[in-house]
Amino acid sequence: MAGDHRTLREALRIRASDITDETVWRQRRRVLAAFGAIPALGLSACAEAEAPPAPTAPPPSPAAVAAGFSTDETLTREIDATTYNNFYEFGTGKADPSRAARTLRTSPWQVEVSGECARPGTLELNDLLRGFLPEERTYRLRCVEGWSMVIPWLGVPLGEVLRRFEPTSNAKYVAFTTLADRAQMPGMRYRSIDWPYREGLRIDEAMHPLTLLATGVYGKPLPQQNGAPLRLLVPWKYGFKGIKSIVAIRFVERVPPTAWNDLQPREYGFFANVNPDVDHPRWSQASERRISGTEGKLFANRIATRPFNGYAEHVASMYAGMDLRRWY
Amino acid sequence: MIAAKAGVHALALAPAAWLGWRAWQVQTGADIDALGPDPVAMIEHTLGLWALRLLLLTLAVTPLRHLSGQPQLLRFRRMLGLYAFFYASLHFAAWLVLDLRLDWGGVATEIARRPFITVGFLAWLLLLPLAVTSTRGWMRRLAGAWQRLHRLVYVIASLAVLHFWWVVKSDIREPLLYAVLLAVLLGWRLWRRLHPPGSRARPAG
Repeated sequence: MAGDHRTLREALRIRASDITDETVWRQRRRVLAAFGAIPALGLSACAEAEAPPAPTAPPPSPAAVAAGFSTDETLTREIDATTYNNFYEFGTGKADPSRAARTLRTSPWQVEVSGECARPGTLELNDLLRGFLPEERTYRLRCVEGWSMVIPWLGVPLGEVLRRFEPTSNAKYVAFTTLADRAQMPGMRYRSIDWPYREGLRIDEAMHPLTLLATGVYGKPLPQQNGAPLRLLVPWKYGFKGIKSIVAIRFVERVPPTAWNDLQPREYGFFANVNPDVDHPRWSQASERRISGTEGKLFANRIATRPFNGYAEHVASMYAGMDLRRWY
Repeated sequence: MIAAKAGVHALALAPAAWLGWRAWQVQTGADIDALGPDPVAMIEHTLGLWALRLLLLTLAVTPLRHLSGQPQLLRFRRMLGLYAFFYASLHFAAWLVLDLRLDWGGVATEIARRPFITVGFLAWLLLLPLAVTSTRGWMRRLAGAWQRLHRLVYVIASLAVLHFWWVVKSDIREPLLYAVLLAVLLGWRLWRRLHPPGSRARPAG
């Protein structure tokens, strides 16, 4: 797709430097509006209809978010986290993936990195992760369906992996794709999703130190149903953003299409930040049912959902000035 | 007849008994995984599903009676309808007690703001007068109005299917199955209304 953009740009004889940076363009519009040159309301409405807002704040340093890397909340039991999964390529029931995903071959595994970067390429998984020591991160996982878990992952910060490919200034977003192989994925016989599953992040979200490329869980390699051999975790977003079994990473200039957003744009926004104040058209998101240890499985307390899943102090600045009701 | 009724009671109670036994195992710690990783969701879903199944079964009695020519089938209709109400009430109770932990403020906002819950709650609310007036005494007292009142079951079943449809994210196969069954059951009634049996045989004028 980036190739298409380049061709188009060449055809129009536009140089990269001719394209105004989105932030600047936005600011310029705001300045014009402030001077009353154009009615401000109409302007912002039409500007926002075109693309989501660009990043507004520089990414925080890893040290500033280290506190978010763990939590002392009761862990979800491994058996629950590995048998209660949404991975529609293996069926739409929660127990389907753990039963059906054994057919997924996770080795050898290649990941294609492409798009707006200086060093694209298709890499063996080991080469992609070479030189990184997996670190353990215990994250809360909040599913859009209203349940949550606390899971110890093993992984490497996505941003550090991405930097090796030297994304260019055109890389405004990162798009991810899940493997789509009918032979290995029995759930694909039913078109519950427009395969392959796709997800995306804005580049600052992708570079954020909390964003993890996970290769393991509970001190072991990832089971297939949890997205082996490589999955994404964005702990302040709903679980569906954590795309599983990644085969392609692409640096792109425009908002990439994402699976759930394509299916039901009114219900699943591109950002999908956990937000107790913004309901789905069908679902409230104010509270959640925590699936954790063995205690109180029947009579567990419902807990209040926190903005950005409790990671607000680390990530809220990235959305400063954004209307989170609009960009849900 | 008594044996048949006892059989229907046993079958209708079986899912609740199974669920109760499993919940007991979870609660006592005998088998913490008896209802899977999310027992609350499992209980809610199972109870709701049986409420819907029994509701459709209730609606199937009249067509089956006409097709089979067995008028005594009608005797099971009230029983099945009351079991549908029984499961719908347990489904609602499980949501109130196990899921929302009797947080009444939360209950009110969920009912008001979550359309699929609004619809489900409405279906249960409409079932109440039908359950109350299911006795012979009420049948006599309401006479013709009884039949009109109990036609509410068509609305209730439609709301129940919609409630199920709205709760799934993308895999509509299961709710679709129930929607088709409901459409057949209601369609059959409509057809019969438009083409009353023996209408052609009746002399014109």
